[in-house]
This record gives sequence, structure tokens and C-alpha cells, in this order.
Amino acid sequence: MLGKLSLAAIPLHEPIPMIAGLGMIFAVIALVGLITWKKWWGILWHDWLISVDHKKIGVMYIILGLVMLLRGFVDALMMRSQLAMAAGGAAGYLPPDHYNQIFSAHGTIMIFFVAMALVVGLMNIAIPLQIGARDVAYPVLNSVSFWLTASGMALMNISLIVGEFARTGWLVYPPLSELAFSPQVGVDYYLWALQIAGVGTLLSGINLTATILKMRAPGMGYFEMPVFCWTALAANMLIIAAFPILTATFGMLLLDRYADFHFFTTNMGGDPMMYINLIWAWGHPEVYILILPAFGIFSEVFSTFSKKPLFGYHSMVYATLAICGLSFVVWLHHFFTMGAGANVNGFFGIMTMIISIPTGVKVFNWLFTMYGGSIKFTSPVYWAIGFIITFVLGGLTGVLLAIPPIDFALHNSLFLIAHFHNVIIGGVVFGAFAGYTYWFPKVFGFQLHEGLGKAVFWCWFIGFYVAFMPLYVLGIMGATRRMQHYSNPDWQPFMIVAFIGALIILLGITLTIVQLVVSIRNREKTRCTAGDPWDGRTLEWSTPSPPPHWNFDAIPQVRSLEDFWHSKQPNGEPLQYVDNPSGKFHMPKPSALGITLSFFATVFGFAMVWHIWWLALVGLFGCIAAVIAHSWQTENEVDIDLNDPAHAHGHA
Amino acid sequence: MLNWQGGLFDPQGPIAVAERAMLANATVVMLAVVIPVIILTIGFAWWFRESNPRAKRLPDWEYSGAIEVTVWSIPILVIIFLGGMTWVGSHDLDPKKPIGDVEKTVDVQVVSLDWKWLFIYPKYGIATVNHLEVPANTPIRLTLTSSGVMNSFLVPQLGSQIYSMAGMATTLHLQADSEGVFPGISAQFSGDGFSDMNFDVRSVSEAQFNEWVKTTQAGSGSLTRKRYETLLRPSIADKARTYSKVEEGLFEQVLMMNDSGPNKEICVTPSFYETEINTQDVNLIGNK
Amino acid sequence: MTVIHHSHANDHSVPYAKRGPAPTNVLVGYGFWLYLLSDIIMFSAMFAAYAVLSSHTAGGPKGIDLFVKGDVLLETVFLLVSSFTCGIMGLASAAKNRNHTYWAALATFVLGAGFLILELQEFSHMVHEGAGPSRSAFLSAFFALVGLHGLHVFVGLVWLVVMMLQVKTIGFSDMVQRRLNCFNLFWHALDIVWIGVFTIVYLGAK
Repeated sequence: MLGKLSLAAIPLHEPIPMIAGLGMIFAVIALVGLITWKKWWGILWHDWLISVDHKKIGVMYIILGLVMLLRGFVDALMMRSQLAMAAGGAAGYLPPDHYNQIFSAHGTIMIFFVAMALVVGLMNIAIPLQIGARDVAYPVLNSVSFWLTASGMALMNISLIVGEFARTGWLVYPPLSELAFSPQVGVDYYLWALQIAGVGTLLSGINLTATILKMRAPGMGYFEMPVFCWTALAANMLIIAAFPILTATFGMLLLDRYADFHFFTTNMGGDPMMYINLIWAWGHPEVYILILPAFGIFSEVFSTFSKKPLFGYHSMVYATLAICGLSFVVWLHHFFTMGAGANVNGFFGIMTMIISIPTGVKVFNWLFTMYGGSIKFTSPVYWAIGFIITFVLGGLTGVLLAIPPIDFALHNSLFLIAHFHNVIIGGVVFGAFAGYTYWFPKVFGFQLHEGLGKAVFWCWFIGFYVAFMPLYVLGIMGATRRMQHYSNPDWQPFMIVAFIGALIILLGITLTIVQLVVSIRNREKTRCTAGDPWDGRTLEWSTPSPPPHWNFDAIPQVRSLEDFWHSKQPNGEPLQYVDNPSGKFHMPKPSALGITLSFFATVFGFAMVWHIWWLALVGLFGCIAAVIAHSWQTENEVDIDLNDPAHAHGHA
Repeated sequence: MLNWQGGLFDPQGPIAVAERAMLANATVVMLAVVIPVIILTIGFAWWFRESNPRAKRLPDWEYSGAIEVTVWSIPILVIIFLGGMTWVGSHDLDPKKPIGDVEKTVDVQVVSLDWKWLFIYPKYGIATVNHLEVPANTPIRLTLTSSGVMNSFLVPQLGSQIYSMAGMATTLHLQADSEGVFPGISAQFSGDGFSDMNFDVRSVSEAQFNEWVKTTQAGSGSLTRKRYETLLRPSIADKARTYSKVEEGLFEQVLMMNDSGPNKEICVTPSFYETEINTQDVNLIGNK
Repeated sequence: MTVIHHSHANDHSVPYAKRGPAPTNVLVGYGFWLYLLSDIIMFSAMFAAYAVLSSHTAGGPKGIDLFVKGDVLLETVFLLVSSFTCGIMGLASAAKNRNHTYWAALATFVLGAGFLILELQEFSHMVHEGAGPSRSAFLSAFFALVGLHGLHVFVGLVWLVVMMLQVKTIGFSDMVQRRLNCFNLFWHALDIVWIGVFTIVYLGAK
């Protein structure tokens, strides 16, 4: 009846997951209590959970990302503290079976549920506003995408309390992740959580690609698109091209684990190396899916706060597209040590380095965007300058690792760990924070506290260097990744410094929460409902803040790349709009399809993890029934009439 | 307090020395670009701050052909240089490429097991667990495979690593230039006992090595296929030990198990997660 | 606010990229194309896996000993003809001819179901001969690749039934027309994938 599930699955004897799990349950109960007490359920349900408004979906993505950042970061603190202790003969406080789950969960959460969620959230918020559209191409699908991501997140968190998570590393390499070596449910949680979230991401990629290519306001040709839209377009095209490979690869591993197939087993002709090839055929483009939108954010930030157009816009676009294409021909650099020939390794090493050419061009173009500018040092600018400094160092160590003989010595070492945190924290996280600060006033109509924002930046910036520079050294000293303890006492001082760095970042994360609370309390002081607090250059700043549900009362007729900027100049002509004499148009209705699918998908995933077949069928048929029922709805739109005073105030 | 030593800071063989040199050279070449970029970033940002009355503002300046050519050229030139270094280095330091005198090369077959290393010396018919004895200044050819999950064989002070994978043989050439004991590890996560999957490489003079071979051959313990199957049982922090005899073709049998079809007798099965070790009839080395 | 008084949507002097947002019917088809591209990439990954593993028979049966090319040719004919009837259904629905739509859909359904039945017979025959997916990596890849295509056909059949019910209950509204158009694209894409399967898996069997 309950498959493999029994009370033994709840780790009552392990205090750490139990405390974390109970904390999570209490937080949820407290939240539910608060919502009930304040009678917010109606608003929450109607205005948020079933909303198909791209801005609200974007906000929900970012909330999801920040919440998961807390969990992923607790994992990081546990790892760093374990390694600060477990030197010489000491065992530390986390036994291997628990420690191995922690680093696996940390990587999975940070990439799939933090970085992806933040980046997709920001793209959702900014893209339609930047291209002068009233929403994304498929608003209901957008809600479905978000809710499938949320379903994956739910499964991740359930694994903390019921059963366990994978102990195999964040990419679950076989044969270790095969049933023969990982008979527990951890890998299954991983696979189902990411299959479900991955479908959400793919749908989101299709949606945003179609939005950028097909929903632009009249007059906005490709080279009138803000550069963030270009980078987002490249990222979403990569999602369409890369995520199906992930789905197929996880599908094969699932067949191995559930149906005795032999794709990646060590017997019957299975080929584990094929998994590693396939997973990196997704995994390397994934890196650029994350970093390209961050590049776009920095481009917007440099340009806006230097009060100058972006230097070398066309170069930036071509560099973006070059990175987009090249990202598919470098995957082998993740496993030079597999024993391929010198020609193969040399080829992939050089291809990898070639990516640093367009990336280098971008850095120079940002520099020259500042040159001759009038730079206002807001916190997004702090993030952007911190990004260049940090990212060029990360790029340097990346090129080092792209040289096969160097990789032979440093592969899988803490040097590698330091490298990818260098580019992911310095690039994606800094970019996400810059974007969060930059577009926050657009979405909410008031600004985030600048002083605290800068404090958050300094904590991350200094904390990053303190935490990861020692890891570069340790890597060269021969320390490898995923160790639960080590015997060399020389390593311990470096590990302690790294732990201190993690504590500094912890302070930064805490200050992020403080900043949010303080900013909300002081919101009357930083109100900017007119909509253009940064003296922006692109169309999103031409709308009030927060923008109405439909973004634009009339669709802009675009004349140039920085039309809005030009319209603000002393001799500038005002923006033009497409005429709509009736003042009437349609907007999509809220839809419960997303949250319904999410519920059934979570049920399905959970049931599959525990082999509760009847419940899996319930989940599966629930999903199918929800889609079919939705497909009979013919009244999907509501009429908006701007001449109706109820609508003019932004209430749809 | 911070001791920068070990690993590539303290290379002990030609491969590691060459890799350290490449690491240093490539770093310096790139720093020549990266440091100016960092200085320019801070410099431009500071000079063109809003409150600097002396800065010349160019609010519409967004394109310069000369700068575009320069900014594409600089990274291209750096990458052409590093690309050449990569191509040559990939061939020179290819793990498959023999080092020096092929005649003198010592062959070692390596099997990674849960969670220990088995080293077979086919020429001498002996084997060791978690201990690799090598003659100094002599090329070593390692042929590696795995009994199950993937591992990566790495002796940081000797340089290159290579994966050990079930059903496949990889080759790695290494050499130690001095006598001493160098720590070796697995550099690919392989499960609960991974952190203890360490071994010592003891590099000794040729005479001492021959002596060690003789002593080992005269010792006890015979690594038959049956005894190998007991080694398959997962164990953590296993003691180093030697076997005076090895069943001929054992390595090849381990290698072939992937194609063995339904005949799984030599494969790992999930049944054992106990850590009972059979230490009868074997010589323990040191007190690991 | 300055207002301009006409839309560029159909102004041919304006470059296509600058004409403003696409109408819904274009948008839906476009998104569906993007989905099909992603689906084909998923199949590509499966094809790649098959290509790698096709020689990994682990001492078990090989493709050339297992596949009955005549049966597979019949499957192929069923699927190709069903694409033709599906196209006719597209024409009939564009003309809002209910009867013709039903008949063409029925033909498509019967041919698609026939294809699936033949495929399942082949699968069950192979499993009974001891050549199931657990026998070797080659057979795992075979069952997964061909099975994934079969699953798509099955989903298509369910979709077709749903569409006919929508034609009956909703009629040929714009929404239903758009979905029928997407179904058409889907069904043809499955044909293209099948041509790949037929060529690489069956004709290329060694």
C-alpha cells in the first residue's frame, strides 16, 4: 500500500535533519497561521498563487530562490564547519552518509532552485516591460512553469524529513547513482524533483523565447532590443536546446533504476561514461543560461548609472551569440581525465578558451561604457564593479583549468570548487542581486535601502574572497573535493579561514532580510510611483511603478534603442503610442491550472520515489485531468476598459 | 601558520614539474591582462564618478572602431598564445605518452575498489593494497580499471590523475624523481568511504625496490580470484598490505566483467555494506 | 501622450521584425514549433545513446537477428498514411467541415492505434524471446528510443480524441482550430522521428 515508505524513513535518530525539518514545518505553520489570522487567503490565492501576471510570477520565482538560498547556504555552512573541524584524526560532527547528502543537496539547490529561480524570475519581470508587451506570450503556461519549479522544490524539501537525499554529488554520476551502489531513495528524490522542475524550466524557455521574438512592440526590431533582452533570448534558446538533453539523460537513469535497464550500469554493456558526456552536454550550456542574463543585467546597470548608452552594443550582441553557440562545443573539458586522446583534449581545451574571447570583449565594453560617464554609485553599481573584478579572476582560473595538463593535476580539486564559485558567485549571484535591487522599485513602487544594500554587497564581496581564495591554495596543495575529513594538518588553517569567509557571507544574507524589512517599513520615504527612480533608458521605466497588470495603457511605437531616454532629453520628442481609441483590450484571466498541476506533480513524484504505484497513478491522472479540464475553458480573457474608472486605478 | 606546501607546490616528478610550470606561465600571461583590467575598472569608475568636476563627460559616446578592434584583438592574441601552449602541452603531457626509457618502465595494474586501491605488479607476480612502491627515477606505467564505481587516481606531488572506470582500462605514466613518501588519493567521489581512500607512494632506490620485491615475493598471501572477491566487499580505511602471489590474468578478468553479460559473479552487488575485512594471510604494511 | 493613428501589423513597407506583436494564431503555432524543436533534441539524445550502445549487446541477441523488417515496414506505412489522413483532417477543419474532420480523425486514430498495436506486438515478442530491455545495453537503448516514440504516438491518440470532443462540444472556434493545427504539426513531427528510427534502428541493424 505504501511501497517502500514506512516510519523508518523519518530520520528520528538524526538530530540535524529533524531540527531543520521541524523548523521548516513550524515556519510553514506560522506562515499559514499568519495568513489565516490576517485573512489574506483570498488575496494570496487570487492575486498571487493563481495569477498569470508575469511580474507576480517573477516575484514568486525570486521569493522561491531566496528561500532556497537560505537552505542551500545552511548546507554550505555545515560543510565548511565540518571541514574546519575534521583534520588529522578528527571525524567532525557530520558522518559521511549525512555529509554526502549535504554537498549533493547544496549543489542541486544552488543551481536549480536558487540561481535558476533568480535568473528566470528577473527575466520574467523585465522582458515584457522592456519590449513594450502587456504580458509574456503564454501567461497560463508561465504560471505552470513556475509551479512545476515549486513542485521540484517541494520534493527537495520533503526529502529532508521523509527519507534522504542523494549522496552522490549534485550531478549523480553513475555507476555510483545506480541501484547497485545507491539502493536508497535519495537519487530518486533528486531525479524526480529535477525532472518535474526541468519541464517547468523548458516551458519557461519556450515562453520567453517566443515572447522576445514575437511580442515586441511595433518598431522594435532586433537591434532596438535592450541588451538584457538579447542575453535573455540567448539564455532561453539555450534552455530549449539543452534541457531536453537533461530530461532524456535523467529518463535513462530512471529506467536503469526502476525498470532494470542498462544504460549506465557496470554490467550488461552499460556505459557510465555516456551519462557523463550527456549530462555535460546539458551542463555546460546551463552555465551560460545562468551567466548570460547576468551579463545583460550588468550591461543595463553600467549604462543606466553611467548615464551613457552601452558601449559597443552590436559587439555585445555578437559576443552574446558567440558564447551561446560555443557553449555547446566545450562539454568535454569537464572530464579531460577520462583518458581521451591528446587531440580530443587539446581541441576541447582550445574551444573552451575561445569562449573567453567574447567574454573578454564584454568586459572591455563595460569598461568603456563607464569611460566618459557620470557614474552614480548606487548599490547595483557596487555589484557590477565587484563583478568585473571577481569575474576576470574566475575567468583566469577557468582558462587555467581549460588547459588539459593543468586540469590533470587540479581536476576535482578545491581549486575547481573555488573556480566555479568564483564565476557563479561573482557572476550569477552578484548579477541577481544587482537585478533585484535595480528592478525592485519597478515592481513595488519603492526602493530598497541603499546603505544596507551596500553592506550586503561588502559582505558578499569580502566573504567570497575570504571563503574561496584559501580553496584555490588548498587545491594546488592537493586537497580534493567532497572529502568528509582529511589527514593533512597543514590544510586546517586554510579551512578555518574559508569557514570565516562563509560566516561573512552569512552576515550578508542576514542583512538582505534586514534590508527587505527596513525597506518595507520605510517605503513611504522611497516611494517612486512615477516609475523612473534611476533615470532609466529603456521602456520599463516609462511605466508607473508598480505598473498596472497590463503594463502599458497603450502599446509604445518604438523608434530607437533608447527611445525612452531620448524622449526625456530637453529637445526630445515624447514617446509615441499605438492608438486605441476605445481604450479597450483583453488580458488573460487568472488560472489555477499551475498550482493544480504542481500539486498532482508533487504527489506523482513523491509516490514514484517511494514506489507507491497507485498514488503515482493518482498524481499522473490528476495532471492529465487538470490539463484536459483547462482545455475546455473558453472564457480565458477579461476585458479591460481604460475609460472605466475601476480599471484606470489598476484593478483588473 | 599557513603552510603553502605539498601538492603542486612541492612537485616530485617530471610531470608535476611541467604542470606547475604551465600553471605559472599561463597565470602570468593572463595576469598581464587581468591586472590592468581590474585597475582600469576601479580607475574609470572612480574618475568618472558623478561628483568629479574634472572628469570629461562623453554622454553619447557609444562606439569607436579603433577600440572595438583593440578589445577583440587583446583576448584573441592571449588565446592564440595559450591555445598553442594547450595544444603542445596536451600532447607532451598526454597521460598515455611514455616517459623516457620504455625498457626500464615498471608496469603496475591498478584496480579501484570500495574503498581501497589494489596495485598488481604483473612482472613480479605480487600485489599490494593501499600502498604503491616504486623505484625513483624510473618511469611507471599504470593501467587502471575499477571494480564498480568510478574513482580518480591522483598523487598530487607526481602530477596527472586519471579516472578508473569499470570495464575500461586507462593508462597513466608517472615518475618520481626523488626518494620519499608521497600521499595518494582518489579524486573522484565514490561513496561513504571516499575520504579514507588514501594510499602512500613510497619512492625508493632501485636496489631497495628490488629488495622490496624479493621480500614481498617471499612473504605470504596469495591473491586468487576468490580472495579478490573478498576484497570486493566494501571496507573503509583499510590497512596497507601485500600479496606474495597473484593469479595470472586477474586484472584482465576484472576488466572484462562489463561484457560478462548475465554472468555477474565478479561484479559488485549491493548486498554488502558491512566493513568486515579478511586480513588473514596477508602482510600488513606500516600502521596505517 | 503622443499617439500615432495606425498599426503597422500589416504594413508591408515596415520590416517584418518591426511590425509589432504577432496575432494569437501565429504565436501559438510558433511556440508549438519551439516545443517540437525541444522534443526533437530529446530524441536526438536518445538516438545518440542508441548509437553508442547499439554494439553493446553483452553477448545477447543483435538487432539483425531480432528485427522483422516486413512488420516494421507495415508500421511505417500505417504511420505515413496516418499523416496523410491527418493532413486531410487539417483541411477539413480549416473548412469547418465537421463530418470530414471526424472521418479523417477516425482514420488517423485507427492507423495510429494500428501502429501502436504492431509495435507492442513486436515488443512483447522480443521480451518473450528473452530479448527484453534488461538483457543488454543495446536492448535498453532500443526499447527506450522506440518506446519513447510509441509513447508520443499514444499521447497523440489521446489528444486526438480530446480534440474531436472539443470539435463536438465547442465547435470550430479559433482556439480549437489552433489546437488542431498544433496537433497536425505534432503528428507530422512524429513521422519525421519515425523515419529516423526506421532508418537508423531497423534498416541500420547489424
